[in-house]
Amino acid sequence: MSALLTLSGVHTHIGRYHILQGVDFTVPQAQTTMLLGRNGAGKTTTLRTIMGLWRASAGTIRFAERAIEKDATPDISRAGLAYVPETMAVFSDLTVRENLMLAARDAALDDTRLDWIFRFFPALKRFWLSRAGTLSGGQKQMLSIARAIVEPRRLLLIDEPTKGLAPAIVGALVECLMEIKRGGTTVLLVEQNFRVAQAVGDHVCVMDNGRIVHAGGMAEFAADESLQQKLLGLSLDTHQ
Amino acid sequence: MMILSGDRPRNAVLSVILAAILLALAFAPFLFPGSKPLNVAAKICIFALLVASYDLLLGYTGIVSFAHTMFFGIGAYGVALALFNYGPSWSMIALGIIVALPLAALLALAIGLFSLRVQAIFFSMVTLAVASAFAVLASQLSWLTGGEDGRSFQVPPVLRPGNRLFDGEIFGVAFNGRVVSYYLVFIACAALFLLLLRIVNSPFGRVLQAIRESPFRAEALGYRIVVHRTLANVTAALIAAAAGALNAIWLHYTGPETSLSFSIMLDILVMVVIGGMGTMYGAVIGATLYILAQNYLQALMGSASSMAASAGVPLEPGLFHPDRWLLWLGILFILSVRFFPTGIVGRLRQGATKA
Repeated sequence: MSALLTLSGVHTHIGRYHILQGVDFTVPQAQTTMLLGRNGAGKTTTLRTIMGLWRASAGTIRFAERAIEKDATPDISRAGLAYVPETMAVFSDLTVRENLMLAARDAALDDTRLDWIFRFFPALKRFWLSRAGTLSGGQKQMLSIARAIVEPRRLLLIDEPTKGLAPAIVGALVECLMEIKRGGTTVLLVEQNFRVAQAVGDHVCVMDNGRIVHAGGMAEFAADESLQQKLLGLSLDTHQ
Repeated sequence: MMILSGDRPRNAVLSVILAAILLALAFAPFLFPGSKPLNVAAKICIFALLVASYDLLLGYTGIVSFAHTMFFGIGAYGVALALFNYGPSWSMIALGIIVALPLAALLALAIGLFSLRVQAIFFSMVTLAVASAFAVLASQLSWLTGGEDGRSFQVPPVLRPGNRLFDGEIFGVAFNGRVVSYYLVFIACAALFLLLLRIVNSPFGRVLQAIRESPFRAEALGYRIVVHRTLANVTAALIAAAAGALNAIWLHYTGPETSLSFSIMLDILVMVVIGGMGTMYGAVIGATLYILAQNYLQALMGSASSMAASAGVPLEPGLFHPDRWLLWLGILFILSVRFFPTGIVGRLRQGATKA
């Protein structure tokens, strides 16, 4: 299975803090890779470094065989990466429609793809012309994810999409992520909810102190409680 | 709603206020005869356009520029110097505009590319420095610009007050060169305002709003913020220069005080804040209120002061002395910021949303 994204010895400094201390992992094509770890392990910094929002101070990041660690963020985005930050990052003064149009960049919105998105997130159709700032937290998260998938992308970087969401919305989100996966899109997903991680993940990378401390299959990891306990300080059973 | 680019006022009271301003300005020569009211109406038109172009920067893109009066001055001096040096004709007005607008665009491009890559505060400081240097330059190059005295010049005959377009009157008003000049200013300002409305409601305008809200998120969607901010800066500079050219045509004079002074920059800031940032319509309301206050508050206070004096009311004659009009204007500004933090348009629209 070929790797779509490869990080080799990536270091990132934010001010005087050395956050990523040699991150190595690969994201296989058309699979969902989970990036797990305790708070402050460096997961969000990893995603932001891949997107060029933080500059890697050392190491290489290869996307589709091309080094992107020195590219500007807009170039990385236009190469086919989409990033969904954890902060329900919508443009609150713009309508739902305008938020999606921004993500489509120069292209017109594809009605078939919109219908596909509305199947998972019907609220977005209902509030099509409402300002994004007036949506609830869950609806904002839906819009944030819809913005990343409104156009086909080669790799989705999604940061804790279920954080603070009601269980019903989490269900819709998982269904959407599964559908994205079935469509052949590669996903790198940071997630704290173990159930979600187990449901959608094919592979898992665990981070600690700015390094990858474990990489392997999700099924094996989910089955190994002692490994979970050792790496994350928790077990799947206690988080169900 | 095509003419408004689909951007309706979205509030009944706001619609009425805007319609009233539009009608008052459109029929100003007939409704408010006399030299001063027409001068005030022309100033409102020009400043509504100038403030709207600044709103494109501050309200829509989120960048603070102190060089807006410089671009206004470039337009004004372009037309003034062409008419002063080569004679009063339409071709010289065109020459002035053809030289001034590209110069303004080039300067805006250079400032943008040089300073918009880094933090917004750096851009503000650079614009402040460049605008100050330009104002000093305009004062020092007196052989060219007339220095502190500026340049008075003739305009094409059809725009001169003594010229009558035709014999007779319309509703008791002679259609002389002053009225023709006014309608030239009014129509040009209205057309350019509609163009600005079109720009902010285009996909480009949406990207500017996204950049204002979160430059990082906009970049993550694939937009180059430096390019978009610089384009916004150039567009705003072009419109400001056009407003400057219209100001010169209206005043038949251009000098540092009327086109380059820092007090004009402060006036623009006050107008955009009072009207409401990021709304375009706020520019019209802010400019109207501020210029009316600037021109009539002093007289109003004079009447209040003499009335209070004749009635024997203590303190009030001094409090409302016409010389204190700036103090009251300042108080009105503080109150408007306190009670309308999103400006008049923002407040009215919020009310409409809640209702």
